[in-house]
Amino acid sequence: MSTEARKPPAQIALKIRRVLGGKTGWNGIAVQLVFAAILGWIGYEIVSNARANLENQHIAAGFGFLRNNAGFDVNQTLISYTGSDTFLRVFVVGLLNTLVVSVVGIVFATVIGFIVALCRLSPNWLLSRIGEIYVEIIRNLPVLFQILFWYLAVLAALPNPRQSISLFGIAFVSNRGLVIPRPIGESGFEAFLAVLVFGIVASLSLRFYARRALFQRGQVIRIWPYMLGLLFGLPLVTMLVSGLPFTFELPQLKGFNFAGGSRVIPEFVALTLALSTYTAAFIAEIVRAGILSVHKGQMEAGASLGLSRGSTLRLIVVPQAMRVIVPPLTNQYLNLTKNSSLAVAIGYPDLVSVWAGTSLSQTGQAIEIIAMTMGVYLLISLLTSAIMSVYGWRVSRSLGA
Amino acid sequence: MSDIASSVYVRRDLLAERPAPVKTTGFVGLVRTRLLNSPTNILITIVSALLLWFTIVPSVKFLFVDAVWTGTDRTACLTENGACWPYIQAKLPQLIYGFYPEAERWRVDLTFFLAAVLLVPMLIPRLPAKGLNASLFFFAFPVVSFFLLLGGGITGFGLSWTAGLLQLFDDSIIGAGQVLLNLSKTSAIAPLLWVLGNLIVLVGTAIYWLIFPLTWLRDQLEGTGQSVWTDFAITTAAVSLISFVMGGGVRTGWRPLASTIVTFIAIAIVIKLMGLDHGGLPVVQTRLWGGLLVTLVVSVAGIVTSLPIGIALALGRRSTIPLIRIFSIAFIEFWRGVPLITVLFFATYMLPLFLPGNFTVDGLVRALIGIALFTGAYQAENVRGGLAAIPRGQGEAAAALGLSWWKTTSLIVLPQALRHVIPNLVNSFISLFKDTSLVSIVALFDLLGSLRASFADPKWSAPSTLFTGFAFAGIIYFLFCFGMSRYSLFVENRLNAHRRN
Repeated sequence: MSTEARKPPAQIALKIRRVLGGKTGWNGIAVQLVFAAILGWIGYEIVSNARANLENQHIAAGFGFLRNNAGFDVNQTLISYTGSDTFLRVFVVGLLNTLVVSVVGIVFATVIGFIVALCRLSPNWLLSRIGEIYVEIIRNLPVLFQILFWYLAVLAALPNPRQSISLFGIAFVSNRGLVIPRPIGESGFEAFLAVLVFGIVASLSLRFYARRALFQRGQVIRIWPYMLGLLFGLPLVTMLVSGLPFTFELPQLKGFNFAGGSRVIPEFVALTLALSTYTAAFIAEIVRAGILSVHKGQMEAGASLGLSRGSTLRLIVVPQAMRVIVPPLTNQYLNLTKNSSLAVAIGYPDLVSVWAGTSLSQTGQAIEIIAMTMGVYLLISLLTSAIMSVYGWRVSRSLGA
Repeated sequence: MSDIASSVYVRRDLLAERPAPVKTTGFVGLVRTRLLNSPTNILITIVSALLLWFTIVPSVKFLFVDAVWTGTDRTACLTENGACWPYIQAKLPQLIYGFYPEAERWRVDLTFFLAAVLLVPMLIPRLPAKGLNASLFFFAFPVVSFFLLLGGGITGFGLSWTAGLLQLFDDSIIGAGQVLLNLSKTSAIAPLLWVLGNLIVLVGTAIYWLIFPLTWLRDQLEGTGQSVWTDFAITTAAVSLISFVMGGGVRTGWRPLASTIVTFIAIAIVIKLMGLDHGGLPVVQTRLWGGLLVTLVVSVAGIVTSLPIGIALALGRRSTIPLIRIFSIAFIEFWRGVPLITVLFFATYMLPLFLPGNFTVDGLVRALIGIALFTGAYQAENVRGGLAAIPRGQGEAAAALGLSWWKTTSLIVLPQALRHVIPNLVNSFISLFKDTSLVSIVALFDLLGSLRASFADPKWSAPSTLFTGFAFAGIIYFLFCFGMSRYSLFVENRLNAHRRN
């Protein structure tokens, strides 16, 4: 009797079955076929209905309308724009406005959020209660409510430009928005910029070199005086040599309004205020949870190694807290960007307002315009989540090592 | 031994009493330890107290001390610098009911009352019959409140609806086949299209003859006068029979049969009470709805519809069948990646284009569809978290007992998973409730929209009305959201009771 091992059965069929049908095998494939048929049927219904409806309404499908003249004005543009520009340019203008309000909002939200988190963690009872009240009130009111509150109630209650509130005589707040000094480039601007960039690059490479020296040879190099010199001293010297890089044009009250300076429209002010205070409440909770998630023993272990309290926080507690904080924090940044679409309620010319609002009502190209709007937001959020998964992979790798 | 004994020191006289330690409990202790224990803390306390003084005192002064309590129009509010409460009093019906006709407002009140009666026992964990309660709230209440709020009656029942739906489906299949046949006359791959088209038409025709008895019966019923009740009787008989057979026939089928019959008797009572068989209540168009009514309708409808969508998507995302998994992932990530306002724009402007031309969808329903899809995607991620928290052993044990996938999921895995994620679900409901305010952008008058509309009234235009209106709406929103968040904390504590030591 032969004792040779039996040949294993052919695996290829099993593998194909597994790939095509999952764990359930042929049943899974049958389910998929039915599902694909239903999806195909729905898709067919949508396309045929859309075609019929568009024909009835005499709307030509396609993106040709992008090259037509828009014919309406936008009250805040980062790039030059007039009513005779194309719809494509309207799209870009709206997108840039969305991005600028998001970036400004994110900066303010982070700052306020960290401050409120520190307040909530403060040993002072009164201060931590104030932080808690802030978080509870802001989180339990709709963000649209807050946007409208700032825009309709608070900003409208501000005085008119003639009696505007002056901030140290350089900026003015009124119901027409915020007027701030406008920087004007002078002759020394290019040299200043070049020196500044050089200073940043040089200090970064200095820091890189110092860290390598510390980790590889155990040598501590004190670099902060050099960095200070590179970042502030060098630009100062350049300014002395080649003159001021820019001067500020101060706003002046002339007649009923301000002349000079740059004007920030009230819609922008209201939207930024509402979005940053709203998101800050969520960020505060995230930061607080992150810092509380680091075990008390870490602080004690750092102290027993002889590190100072500051170094323990900087080198031990904060990196571990950041690991917990960063993913939800990015999520909040994304939420803020998405919430900036509520600008349409107060007429700030963001993507939804000028593109899915004004342009849609002018052209009637609902499918193309809404698909483009959704596509932009989808792209932003997919990009962010891709970056976050890279970050998560790096964190898990550095923890594993 | 004696060494040790001699080295022991025994005190002979009592120590003098030490003063009592500084009190660290109670109000005084709190002040000592957490407010004034160091110079920096004293400074922080003073600054905080000043901050509170400059925010709370003016608010209280505005809301109560300086407020105007009586008046008939704006003149009363122009003199004082405080809140203008008569304005809220005058606008209260608009803020709660919108333009709902005054004579019919009892229907809204009744719906609110029904919702409260069903919701309160469901939220108190000690009370029994959670299953019945939940099914009433999630299935019976939406239907009843639909007919109560909108009005109108029914002309048929289960049989005619099923027949109509199947016929619609079949017509679409045959239509698609016909289109393919037409294409095959001009296309390059004509034979393939011809075969495919004929096949689809054949399937459609087969289905037509399959459902012919149903459609025939429906047409006969429509001829007679008492179509609703005959239809109802037939549906009852059919569903009872199915539940009896599915429940295990003569052996174990009696219980399902009884519960089915009881359910249908309840439905019959509701139909009779509301007079649905002959017209029902007068119809109130949804464009007349407004205020808190719309806010609550949108939130409750969103809660009720998003949960099944979320569960289905979460199960789909965990499925091993490739197409279903990919579809679920794409669906979830798409709706989570776009802002709600674009979803509402999509539902308002794009959805009507995708539906057959003779098929118009009400504005409120369009917003509801958008919100259901959007919230469903978020709920799917919550439910998925719960499913991931269930140990594999649970599913494997169920499989070892011989339960099918459906039974494993519905009896073993899902109940545990859902219980795990109740706090997350409630948190989603809070954001949903807040997000309902966005429907005011697509021309629906919810609480915020009604508030905004009421600002436009010249009769009440005074500097203080804006702040008064926002204060009032803010308090309503805050009460609802804060209540829900406290409830979610309560549930979380209850769920984690075994982990506390």
